[in-house]
Amino acid sequence: MTGRLRVVESHARRYRHTWRSSVFTGFVNPAFLLAAMGLGLGSLVDANNGAGAFSYLAFLAPGLLAATAMQTAAGESSYPVMAGIKWIKSYEAALATPIGIRDLLGGQQIWSMIRVAQVVAAFALVEVLFGALSVRQAALATIPALMTGVAFSPAIAWFTIRLENDSGLAGLFRFGIIPLFLFSGTFFPISQLPEQMQPLAVLTPLWHGVEWARDWALGSPPLWPWQWHATALAAFAVACFWGAHRALVRRMIL
Amino acid sequence: MIEDLVEAEGLVKRFGDFTAVDSIDFTVGRGEAFGFLGPNGAGKSSTMKMIGTVSPATSGTLRVLGMDPASQGRQIRSRLGVVPQDNSLDMELTVEENLMIYGRYFDLSRREVRARIADLLEFAQLTDRRTSKVEPLSGGMKRRLTIARGLINRPELILLDEPTTGLDPQARHVLWDRLYRLKREGATLIITTHYMDEAEQLCDRLVIMDNGRIVGEGSPRELIDRHTSGEVLELRLEEPVGALSGIGDHTEELADRVLVASRDAESALAEVHARGINPAMSLIRRATLEDVFLTLTGRTLVD
Amino acid sequence: MSALTTRTGPPTLTGGWRAHRVLERNLMVSKRSWVLVLSGFFEPVFYLFSIGVGVGAMVGDVQVGARTVSYAAFVAPALLSSSAMNGAVFESTLNIFFKLKWGKVYDAMLSTPLRPADVAAGEIGWSLLRGGLYAIGFMVVMALFGLAESWWTLMAIPAALLIGFAFASVGMAATTFMRSWQDFDLINVVTLPLFLFSATFYPLDVYPPAIQTVTRISPLYHGVELVRAFTLGMFDWSLAGHAAVLLGMGLIGLRVASGRLERLLLA
Ligand SMILES: Nc1ncnc2c1ncn2[C@@H]1O[C@H](COP(=O)(O)OP(=O)(O)OP(=O)(O)O)[C@@H](O)[C@H]1O
Ligand SMILES: [Mg+2]
Repeated sequence: MTGRLRVVESHARRYRHTWRSSVFTGFVNPAFLLAAMGLGLGSLVDANNGAGAFSYLAFLAPGLLAATAMQTAAGESSYPVMAGIKWIKSYEAALATPIGIRDLLGGQQIWSMIRVAQVVAAFALVEVLFGALSVRQAALATIPALMTGVAFSPAIAWFTIRLENDSGLAGLFRFGIIPLFLFSGTFFPISQLPEQMQPLAVLTPLWHGVEWARDWALGSPPLWPWQWHATALAAFAVACFWGAHRALVRRMIL
Repeated sequence: MIEDLVEAEGLVKRFGDFTAVDSIDFTVGRGEAFGFLGPNGAGKSSTMKMIGTVSPATSGTLRVLGMDPASQGRQIRSRLGVVPQDNSLDMELTVEENLMIYGRYFDLSRREVRARIADLLEFAQLTDRRTSKVEPLSGGMKRRLTIARGLINRPELILLDEPTTGLDPQARHVLWDRLYRLKREGATLIITTHYMDEAEQLCDRLVIMDNGRIVGEGSPRELIDRHTSGEVLELRLEEPVGALSGIGDHTEELADRVLVASRDAESALAEVHARGINPAMSLIRRATLEDVFLTLTGRTLVD
Repeated sequence: MSALTTRTGPPTLTGGWRAHRVLERNLMVSKRSWVLVLSGFFEPVFYLFSIGVGVGAMVGDVQVGARTVSYAAFVAPALLSSSAMNGAVFESTLNIFFKLKWGKVYDAMLSTPLRPADVAAGEIGWSLLRGGLYAIGFMVVMALFGLAESWWTLMAIPAALLIGFAFASVGMAATTFMRSWQDFDLINVVTLPLFLFSATFYPLDVYPPAIQTVTRISPLYHGVELVRAFTLGMFDWSLAGHAAVLLGMGLIGLRVASGRLERLLLA
């Protein structure tokens, strides 16, 4: 465990240089997003009664929390991992010490979750300030959002570890993260997707996170019981961590 | 046709308050292999960049190929071959593509460049790596590729900034051999180095630079004759250096040994023994540019 | 083997710009990663499906001036404009910074007859070339969805290029002042609000009047208005003003960028 904490510490040390702008954007970006989409676009949706029983702002808030967790996890487990392996070679350097592969990956994942927690907490706070959710609703939505981060972080790490170079990462964001962000039920219910695409959305971890968060925060009648979403996310996380570990062993040692 | 390809007078380069090149004068004649020998930070690269018209001189006059770098940089560069200290190869392109695009920067036609690439790859011994990316090449291969690249436009004047630094002895010799070939073909070379053996091997004439100034100038032979006694006795002693007073023309105390400059090192050594001094190590050798540098600056070249 | 250095004729040196050589270099590089290059086309299309079609179903129709249009028709030109901005900013900031600091690509270029202004213009031209391709692709998608009502819609392509020019130039100029990767966080701090608040997702009159005035300062707002006017076929003289703002911004940016590149690269 101490090895893992050392790795977390090394990430934290690097973060010291950027924390100011990261905290700033942590509050400002959600405010912008909620103002533009929740209030601005929301005024059009609400004039049309588009989000049913809720205001569009409230409809959006829990889902955005989960989507933000995904984006943060993706950011933390992609380029930094590529940098550690390939560019600054800090993984190689760490492995020359008593620190092992499991510590390296575990530490990186713990750090990624710390960042997800930070960003989600800031986002939830802004949502409360915007009146999108009550404190209780926001707190409840935080848990599924964190679970979304837990699911995505090892998945992205796994993908990154297996890449030869960073051009694959651009593809990951363009064809993975952004479409997920746009089509996993955050901005509109997936029932509006074409019939054939709906089962596809169900397969994405983000949809589970968004549905679960909306269920807990708004009490909207769920399609699935939340335990199913939780199980799906947890299983996905465990499988991906296992895969990422195997891939990192291959990459760094074999 | 002009005979002096580069003429510099009172050439100065300052970065802020710091003077990197401090009023130097030199000329490089056509067909010459001219060297700048000096330690790290002497101002060699700064001088090369001014000649290559990618760094404006702070003051003084400089003419390259008879033209003014400030106003005719583009015309000058079109006739120059540049091998920068850090290669600056295009890591996103292959070996062959690096040569192709560089040729295109000179407005050469694709057909013309293609024909030249074959020759240049053979010259650089990279024919079998032509479709390889640049990144995985060894240091020596990258250096040879950079030299080949610098030749793509059939330059009249070739600037080589530390062509062999960081290479192993074998790779250095391969490179020296390539540079000889260019010299035999009549190319004008300007070479910077901090290796005295490289300067002795390659340069017809050289200047020794230190702290932005030129402290000596001539052919390697002339410099050695002028500034040394011809032979050197190297000793490692228990006794203080004072015990050697009167032996040789001049003694120089280094961290780990003492150098005694002498016309006849053999008899100097005999004299040392005659005084009852028993050095832990003694070595007799010919004086080199290293000793010239030591005499002129009181420091060693490579520390 | 023939002699390597002996010159057979005088050097061929044609005068004038040679920015096209920088373009040629980038084309050579992208031959290997063309999938990635083309992938830039998908981003605005994804947004169109998600926001335009998906959220559009929740919004219904939108009032623009005297006309009522579908939300997709309203938001499509804005997505084209913002993707032109984002593409140009990305190309001219992160990519250029990398080449400047690590790639050493420009150092090599400048030891040939190329000049800093060629480098600046060439890189901006490259970003426009890509932006133009994406704009054409987006037009095709719009047409397939019945969002292109008249031939005037085609004019949105040069309008998108103008947006690209404005942002690529300014982005590049800004990049020459950046010291480290951390400074790039600033870029998002600027582009995200531009993306969200330039009458992109809803008409200007949704805002309170004070914010409307601020929005008019946003260069992207001028781009969105221009492109939207063409795709919806609603013209008036204000278009010339919008175009002039973008053109001016681009020219000033280009000027600053080449000047700064000269100072950075020719130290
Ligand atoms: N762009 C610059 N800005 C500030 N100082 C510089 C710059 N370029 C060079 N210098 C300084 O000028 C001095 C001479 O540098 P230069 O690169 O010319 O030395 P050099 O003889 O080539 O050394 P080396 O053998 O290490 O390559 C050094 O002290 C260096 O720090
Ligand atoms: Mg140097």
